[in-house]
Amino acid sequence: MAEEQRFRSACGAPIALRRRQHSASCRELAVRGPRLQLRSLSAATSAVWLAAYGLFALSENTVVLSAAIFISLIGLIIYLHFVKIDQESLLVIGSLGIQVTSSYASGKESTTFIEMGQVKDVVINEAVHMQKVIYYLCILLQDPEDPQGVSEVVPLFQSSKPRLDCLIEVYKSCQEILEQRKTAPQSSGIK
Amino acid sequence: MVLKVFFPSCCSSADSGILIGRWLSEQSSAVVLAVVHFPFIPVQVKQYLGQVQHLTKVSLSVLGSWSNSKQEKEEGLSEFLEDLGTIFSHEPWIQISKEGDGKFWSCSTLQKHSSSPKEEEVILVYYDQRKVMLSHLHPPLDTGDGRAEDASKLSAIFDTVARSRVLFMTDRYDEGPIKLTHWQSEGVEASIIVELLKQTSVPACMLLTFLLSLVSGICRSRVLKFWPLSFLWSKLSTCEQLGHRLQHLQVISSNKKAQTQTQLMRKANIFVSLLIDVALGILLMSWLYRKNRIGHLADTLIPVADHVAEELQDLLQWLMGAPAGLKMNRALDQVLGRFFLYHIHLWISYIHLMSPFIEMILWYVGLSACLGLTVALCILSDIIALLTFHIYCFYVYGARLYCLKIYGLSSLWRLFRGKKWNVLRQRVDSCSYDLDQLFIGTLLFTILLFLLPTTALYYLVFTLLRLLVVIVQGLIHLLVDLIDSLPLYSLILRLCRSYRLAAGVKFRVLEQQDGKPLRLLMQINPLSYGAVVQTYRLPTYSCYPKDSWASLCKKLFLGELIYPWKHKGEKQE
Repeated sequence: MAEEQRFRSACGAPIALRRRQHSASCRELAVRGPRLQLRSLSAATSAVWLAAYGLFALSENTVVLSAAIFISLIGLIIYLHFVKIDQESLLVIGSLGIQVTSSYASGKESTTFIEMGQVKDVVINEAVHMQKVIYYLCILLQDPEDPQGVSEVVPLFQSSKPRLDCLIEVYKSCQEILEQRKTAPQSSGIK
Repeated sequence: MVLKVFFPSCCSSADSGILIGRWLSEQSSAVVLAVVHFPFIPVQVKQYLGQVQHLTKVSLSVLGSWSNSKQEKEEGLSEFLEDLGTIFSHEPWIQISKEGDGKFWSCSTLQKHSSSPKEEEVILVYYDQRKVMLSHLHPPLDTGDGRAEDASKLSAIFDTVARSRVLFMTDRYDEGPIKLTHWQSEGVEASIIVELLKQTSVPACMLLTFLLSLVSGICRSRVLKFWPLSFLWSKLSTCEQLGHRLQHLQVISSNKKAQTQTQLMRKANIFVSLLIDVALGILLMSWLYRKNRIGHLADTLIPVADHVAEELQDLLQWLMGAPAGLKMNRALDQVLGRFFLYHIHLWISYIHLMSPFIEMILWYVGLSACLGLTVALCILSDIIALLTFHIYCFYVYGARLYCLKIYGLSSLWRLFRGKKWNVLRQRVDSCSYDLDQLFIGTLLFTILLFLLPTTALYYLVFTLLRLLVVIVQGLIHLLVDLIDSLPLYSLILRLCRSYRLAAGVKFRVLEQQDGKPLRLLMQINPLSYGAVVQTYRLPTYSCYPKDSWASLCKKLFLGELIYPWKHKGEKQE
């Protein structure tokens, strides 16, 4: 079953949260940011080309024009492939692990999978970012030597930065699955 | 706990039979390696598993039953499969059944000695057996050695499949009591060229080892160890680079097979790096010798050296006058200027003496570019060092003079204030001097102080020239290091067969149906290019300067000689 809700990000942009329950112990939560707008793309390209035409009028050198085309193409490709994140999703599979995926506008997906044995907890933290205080969701990783210690903090949804109301929904969904591993009979092995 | 079954996607269309694999009880997961088809004799199956277990040291067992019925379900079959569970006692006994071409399979478990009889959830994870077998899981770069025992659960799965290669040798088309289905049944072809290369590599390695032992024997002979020659070899960077490549060749041609993945990758990287190096060197050589470019190069070398010497002479004439409007001490200025001018005159005479032989020497030296592009670059760096030897000499003279002056000044300054350096206690102590000591000391101090600007200016000019030459040589060495240490084979592997270098896994949720187990597809998440370069970098022989910028500036101020590029073999001073 899938449901979609609208929220706002920390800067005020509209984002959408989509929840899907695949089975009793598997849930997928995806936050989708605003898509690339045609008007901002055309504005940027027009600005670059106008500047190039101005330089061409001054210098009478056609290299300026071809360089402008080249730069705008390369810049667009770099932006779509490395910078613009369309969707960030969290796939929680109880007893296997948590998978964090970021999908870029060009279709590239970068995935990280964290095993359940390494996950200590999923919490909402506060951070001071420039002049604002924002909330962010993060995964705490277990320190193998110290059972009470935290070895690493993995922040989630870094590019869409949802606000607290959206984070609370995600937090509740994750905790329902994480609690199942506490109630399940523990096997031997970890000292 | 939730039961996880890792099922190879190549067995999805196999006929009915029983599943063999490994049961990991602490994770409650079953890794299915193959399907044994009917008819079989249970005793023979157990014997075969025992043999395979003895060879691979992986604890294999019969995990459950697999039924792929093309028509409707037969009633007797399910009871027969349950009875099999009593013959091969395994806890829990997994039963997977597929109907016709259906995507959604049903999976149930039989627990005989379970405390809680509730229905536990099953997750079905499909994996590509051939890719998982060939892949090498890389642990995250910042884990220490202590975490090796606390290995991740995924590495246990990768390990199981990789070590069970013996199991994949026979399949259902072979004659024998056991008929298996696994990834080989899909009919993957092997390459004849690769097999031929493997066969010819053994005699080639032996030949190479023999040649290398001859060459290293010559290099180590006593003739080359006499003092002037050994000093020369240690200073020329070409010899260092050749020694480094010789070491590499020895690594490749050794007869022992590589034990671990890292050793194998290192050998492959060295081999590809050498190949590309030699190919680029031969390309450079063909470009140089075409249209007699090397002759033109030799012809321009002498005029360039003359031009540099003339520029230096102009510079010295400028310093001997009133450089930048500063007023120098006339006598000292003339002495130093004439001294350096005479040196340049000597240097130019030597260059003109050598000029008839330059073209021939360069022609033969250029032939050695076929040993590799790195050797050619090192030769270039050495030629630059030889041509600018006079600048190096001037820098040393200027630095020593300046250094003496600074030490003299600091010691006399202490005398001026009535203090002394206590060598025993390594500190400054007060001291009462006699009158004549004070008089002479003050005189000397004044003389040195007023001569300081002249010496400092000469020192500054020659240090800047020397730094310029060092920067050019440094850039060439950086390029050589880059070619030496780049792991090209690993990068090409990451580009073409990215599943071989795995950073982790990723799961994709397939179509679900209510009531059926959760279906996931496990794919390999390849290592990023930066991590590949960092993990598989080849070690080089030069260590970059450990001096920070602050200590470098301090050395320059005090007039100590700086040696920016040290090699690992030299003693640190």
